[in-house]
Amino acid sequence: MNELPVRPNYWKVFLTFARNSLVRDMTFRTNFLLQCVSSVGWTAMNVGFYLIIFQHTASIGEGTGWDRDRFFLFIATTWFINSLVQAFFMPNAQEFSELIRTGGLDFALLKPIDTQFLISFRRIEWSALSNFASGLVIAGYALWSLATRDIDPMIPSWWSVLLYVVFILCGVVMMYSLMICLSATSIWLGRNQSLYNFWFYITNFSRYPMEIYDKGWGKPLYGFFTFVIPILLVVNVPARLLAKPISPRTNWEWQMVGLAVIATVLSVLISRWVFRLALGSYRSASS
Amino acid sequence: MSSTLSTIDEPVPHHSGIAWKLSLWWMILRTALEERFVYRGDFVLGTLMRFLPIITQVFLWSAVFDAIGQVEGEKAAEIGGYQFPDMVAYYLLTMIARAFSSMPSLASGISQQVRDGEIKRYMIQPIDFIGFLLLTRVAHKLAYYTIAILPFALVFYLCREYFVDGWPPLNVFFSFCASLVMGFLIGFFFEALIGMIGFWFLEVSSLLFVMMLFSFFLSGHMFPLTMLPDGVEGLVNFLPFKYLAYFPAAVFLGKVPEEELPMELAVEAAWLVFFVVACRVAYARGVRRYSGFGG
Repeated sequence: MNELPVRPNYWKVFLTFARNSLVRDMTFRTNFLLQCVSSVGWTAMNVGFYLIIFQHTASIGEGTGWDRDRFFLFIATTWFINSLVQAFFMPNAQEFSELIRTGGLDFALLKPIDTQFLISFRRIEWSALSNFASGLVIAGYALWSLATRDIDPMIPSWWSVLLYVVFILCGVVMMYSLMICLSATSIWLGRNQSLYNFWFYITNFSRYPMEIYDKGWGKPLYGFFTFVIPILLVVNVPARLLAKPISPRTNWEWQMVGLAVIATVLSVLISRWVFRLALGSYRSASS
Repeated sequence: MSSTLSTIDEPVPHHSGIAWKLSLWWMILRTALEERFVYRGDFVLGTLMRFLPIITQVFLWSAVFDAIGQVEGEKAAEIGGYQFPDMVAYYLLTMIARAFSSMPSLASGISQQVRDGEIKRYMIQPIDFIGFLLLTRVAHKLAYYTIAILPFALVFYLCREYFVDGWPPLNVFFSFCASLVMGFLIGFFFEALIGMIGFWFLEVSSLLFVMMLFSFFLSGHMFPLTMLPDGVEGLVNFLPFKYLAYFPAAVFLGKVPEEELPMELAVEAAWLVFFVVACRVAYARGVRRYSGFGG
C-alpha cells in the first residue's frame, strides 16, 4: 500500500477545538456568566477612570488630538485586541508552561500536526470575548459622537474601516508572537509563573497613545517599544487609522503603518524561530 | 522503647500563659520569615516589576497636565487638588499603602479551608484561627519589607523630586504610620470577614472579585479620590475602602488638614473595631454552623 502522509485539515481541527471549548464552557454556565459579568465590570471601572480624567482635561497630551471621543476609540481598539488575545492565546500560553513542567508536551509532540498550531489553539476562552462586545459598545458610542458633534464632525471612510480591521489583526498577531516567545522561555526556566504578570505590565505600555512617551526620559522607552518589541504599534496604528481623518497624513504616520506590516511579519518569523529553538532544548519531564 | 514510654507517666504540663504564647508566636513568625527568604531572586524581580505600571501612569498624567496648561511654577495646574509632582508622589505612596493593606488570597484561602474541612485543625488545637492567620500575615509582610525595602528605597530616591514638600512634619508622619498600620489591619479583617462568608456559601470567588473591583476603584488605587464628582466623593468618603490606599497617601502629602487628622484617624480606628468585631462574630457563628465529617 502506498500511504500518503497524513495532512490534517487545520481549519477543521481549529473548529473542533472551538466547539469543544464552547461545550466545556456551557457545562459550567453560571461560572461562564459570572466571568462575563466580571470582565464587563472591569471595563466599566476603566471607562469610569477615563471619564473622570476627561472631566479635567480636553485631551491626552497637548496638541496630540486625542480628545475624549478619539481616545475612547483608542480604548475600544485596545479592548478588541486584548480580548482576542485573551480568548484565543492566553489560556493556551499558560497551559503550555504547565505542559512543559509536567512533561505533557511529549504527547503534543507526537501528534501528526504542527506543534505550534496545536499548542496555540487548543483552548478558546469564550468568556473573554465579552470584552470584545464591550469594545464594540465603546467604539460605537465614540464613532457616533464623533460623527454628530458640532465642531469638526468626522465620519471614517470605508478605506479607514477596512485598514482598521486589517491592522487590528496585525496587532493580534504581534501580541500572539510576543506571548509565544514569553511562554517558550518556560522550556529553559522550567516554569514561568509570572508570565501573566509580565504580560500585563508589558501590555500596559501599549494602552496609551504613543505620543505621551515621546519626551524626556520616555524617548528610550518609546524607541525600544516601537522598534525592538513593537508593542506600541499594536494599538496605535489601527486606532490612528480610524480615529484621525485619512487624507492629511504626514509621512511619519505612513512610515508607522509600513513599520507595522514589517513588524507583523518579522514577529511571526521570530516567534516561530524561538519556538523551534525552545523545542530543541526540551527534555521531557516525565520518566 | 521503654525509655520513651516512661516519660508519658509524668503529666504533660499544661501550656498556657504569656511565655508560652510568646514562644508560639515567635515560632509562627520565624517559619513565615524562612518561607519567604527561600525565593529571594524571584522576589526582588517581582517587586521591581511592580513599579512598571507607575511609569505608564507618570506619562499619562504628564500628558494630561500638559494639555491643561502650566505644569510647574506658581500657577501650576491642579486636578482634584493635586499638581503633577503630587500625582506621581501619590502613586508611589499608594504603592506603599497597598503593600500594607493588600492581602493576596486571604479570603479565598479561608473559604477553601472551610470547604475542604482543613479548618477543623484550628478547632481542636489550642491556636486561635484568626490570630494565627494574622500573625502569619504580619510575618509575611515583615519578610516582604526586609527585602523589598531596597528596591523601594531605590525608586523613591530616583523619584525624590516629585515630593515637593519633602518630609512632612513629625506629627503628620506619625499619623501616616498609624494610618498604614490601621490600613493593614482593616485590610486583614475585611478580607477575613469575606472569607468567613464561606461558612454560609461554599464558593466566594465571584463575590470576592466584585469586592476587588470596588476596592480597586474606590480605594484610590487608580486616582486620588478627590477627583471624583462631588456627590460621589462624599459617599466614597463614608466607605472603608479609602483606608486601603488613598488615605495614607493623602496624609503623607498633607492633603488632609492637620486639625482634621485626629478625627479622621479616630474614624479609621472605628472602622477597624467594626471589622474586628464583625470578623469575630462571623467566625463564632460560622463555627457553630460548621459540621466537619470524617478526617
